Amino acid sequence: MGRQDVTLLIGGEAGQGLVTIAMILTKALVRSGYYIVVTQSYQSRIRGGHNTFAIRISPQEIIASRAAVDLLVALNAETIHLHQAEMSPENLILVDERFAPGHDHVLKVPFQEFASDRTVNVAYLGVLTQLLGLNDAVVFQALEDYFGAKKPEVTAANREVFAKAIQWADDQHLPDTVRLAPALSSQPRLMLNGNEAIALGAISAGLKFCAFYPMTPSTSIPLTLQAAADTMGLVVEQAEDEIAAINMAIGASYAGVPAMVATSGGGFALMVEGVSLAGMTETPVFIVVAQRPGPATGLPTRTEQGDLEFVLHAGHGEFPRAIFAPGTVEECFHLSRQALFLAEKYQTPIFLLTDQFLADSYRAVVPFDIDALDAVRVGSDPAAVPTPYRRYAFTESGVSPRLLPGLSEHLVICDSDEHTPDGHITEDLTVRQQMVDKRLRKEAGLRAEVIPPAYVGHVSPDLLLVTWGSNRGAVLEAAALLKAQGKKVAALCFSQVWPLVPGHFLDHLQSAREVVMVEGNALGQLARLIRRETGFYIPRHIRRYDGLPITPEYILEALASGAGAVR
Amino acid sequence: MLDVSIYGNYETAWCPGCGNFRILPAVKKALAESNLAPHQVTFISGIGQAAKAPHYLNANLFNGLHGRSLPVATGARLANHTQPVIVESGDGCSYGEGGNHFLAAIRRNVDLTMLVHNNQVYGLTKGQASPTSDEGFVTKAQPHGVFAMPFNPLAVAVALQANFVARAFAGLEDHLVAMIKQALAHPGFALVDILQPCVSFNKVNTFGWYKNRCYVLPDSYDPTDWPTAMVTAHEWGDRIPLGVIYKNNRLPFEAHFACLQEMPLVRQPVSKAKFQELLAHFQ
Repeated sequence: MGRQDVTLLIGGEAGQGLVTIAMILTKALVRSGYYIVVTQSYQSRIRGGHNTFAIRISPQEIIASRAAVDLLVALNAETIHLHQAEMSPENLILVDERFAPGHDHVLKVPFQEFASDRTVNVAYLGVLTQLLGLNDAVVFQALEDYFGAKKPEVTAANREVFAKAIQWADDQHLPDTVRLAPALSSQPRLMLNGNEAIALGAISAGLKFCAFYPMTPSTSIPLTLQAAADTMGLVVEQAEDEIAAINMAIGASYAGVPAMVATSGGGFALMVEGVSLAGMTETPVFIVVAQRPGPATGLPTRTEQGDLEFVLHAGHGEFPRAIFAPGTVEECFHLSRQALFLAEKYQTPIFLLTDQFLADSYRAVVPFDIDALDAVRVGSDPAAVPTPYRRYAFTESGVSPRLLPGLSEHLVICDSDEHTPDGHITEDLTVRQQMVDKRLRKEAGLRAEVIPPAYVGHVSPDLLLVTWGSNRGAVLEAAALLKAQGKKVAALCFSQVWPLVPGHFLDHLQSAREVVMVEGNALGQLARLIRRETGFYIPRHIRRYDGLPITPEYILEALASGAGAVR
Repeated sequence: MLDVSIYGNYETAWCPGCGNFRILPAVKKALAESNLAPHQVTFISGIGQAAKAPHYLNANLFNGLHGRSLPVATGARLANHTQPVIVESGDGCSYGEGGNHFLAAIRRNVDLTMLVHNNQVYGLTKGQASPTSDEGFVTKAQPHGVFAMPFNPLAVAVALQANFVARAFAGLEDHLVAMIKQALAHPGFALVDILQPCVSFNKVNTFGWYKNRCYVLPDSYDPTDWPTAMVTAHEWGDRIPLGVIYKNNRLPFEAHFACLQEMPLVRQPVSKAKFQELLAHFQ
């Protein structure tokens, strides 16, 4: 038999090896065929503090994390103290016997009997293998892969500690409180977090250039690209600042390669003039903003959805843009691709808004169909443009043929000043107006390609939960739980938040008896945008801005307590 | 050598007598003598009167933001490192707003030629002090004279051991042409700081002021001698040296990338087979 749904939380100080244990275990779970949703919470420090890595595990498909913890792996006594209140009724706490607190369900392990400080992580993995009922060979292989090629004596020592830990666990006749039901799928899957999926999606679409300045929680995007750079043919450059980063990406794009930047709120603030430059020069650029709580430095390592309005309005002057907000790791991959395609097609900045929760959330992902993944075709055919070539020739769609400098005898002239169709600076006010109109005509094309929000549930529900981005899983799961209680409920999840096309969703808002907006910010930014674009006022809100992700429990508790209701 | 007429002749927005009128033909001549046809060169410029210069000749051009020409040029060059890239702008754009990029570009040593029209004043915004204005220079914005010490672009570039550091003067055309040609031919980051009078807003550093002070470094000067170059870069006042002040031979930035050895990024296809291998690392 075994459990269908287990949430395991590993907690401890930074530098204790918590992420090592968690990453190896997660890899082993994915390879064993389980679905996972990872939530990482960490402090902005390299050593000490209190960090957690939570893995929700199920043989069935799961889409959200859960707040209640079934198995707490406490790498220090503080972890037990901090998380006791979150424990589910059927729970177990695993702890080194040296911390030995008084607690009914505590499993005390004499780690010092079979592991040194260096190998204690391996011992934890051995005990967890038995507690969860995993195949020890799969876990040990994940451990070997994680550490890479090691000296034979190191591998031998790890193997010995792992075997001893498993033996110890067998001798104890461990409780089966958290033993997992067998996995159903043997299909190979990828273990990917949101940021890795963004990077891989971009590479598959032909990304060749990324410039960045390190900023949590965006940095793992350029680092994933950098790890692939030599084999895939990418240049990934750490710029002197974010201003340089976006200008480099614009330069690379002008010269003919798909280019991106990735940053977070404060870094994006520095990029804003560059966003406007891309809009004016009609240079494709893909911009990822991985949100964290602001203002200013805020909470550097936590999550929030506070930058929708900022990204929507970033850049002086008027020019078209699109903003994606993936709700799953798979969407991170596909919307990263879509952003690069749209950037090239409409020659304008295209955004992807993610957040710390999704950036760091590992999931088991079915491998992508590579044959279907075409790359962006950059630029127009130099043989097909009229002579003399005009970079900003007026067209019905607003999109002008884009040639690349140096690849033909045509000259490619771009200007941040208002310019004539041939790209030269002008103060002819008639041309100015024509150019504004030309640039804004591109929005009709972008609008025609908007991905409608996903609508799931009853057609005329008593309750419609509306959300965007990374809350998708939590909202869908909350809706499913309410449906199981007999409620007429539905969910509306936006994975593209600009442009908004009212025809895609206004009927749904109007057909529900009550609409509740679920957002990871304090002001209800998407609700305000929906009202601006449609006139539809959403009176009730569930908002979270304490730095933690929204969970199904958070939504259900808020609904039950009447939080956010109209007063 | 190409015919200089292929770069065209255009009406400009500059004041009559502006030093830019001396620099523009010198740039065209250097291109012609370097056999770079208009489509074979890309200009990246910023904002200011100098940054308009590439609009007045035939070439590829990206006229970007104030201060940001170097990062745009860096990206453009890394995307296609077979295309010569020239950065052209003024002292305010290059050394003021873009100061951090100037330092980073020298350290990276991307193969770029940077032409800075240095007139020691802001022309486009009508006469405020620039980073290179001398101490005591009086303007409406600095009515008691400039208090800050001037930025010495050559000394900074030499201190960072840039690959090529030269000074020229708008009033000495043949020498200016020679400096631009040498900068274009030298691998890695090459700076040509071009002294240029501003007839409208700088009544101190006039054509005559520069003419009386500038001298061309003798043939015996060794630009590979770094300590001497540091001293020469600091020479300013009664005598102002012109010529190649410092030369270095660090490997250009783009030469370090394994993936750029066969062909430029802009010509590289995306390999599905390699992507498949990449995905396998995540299983």
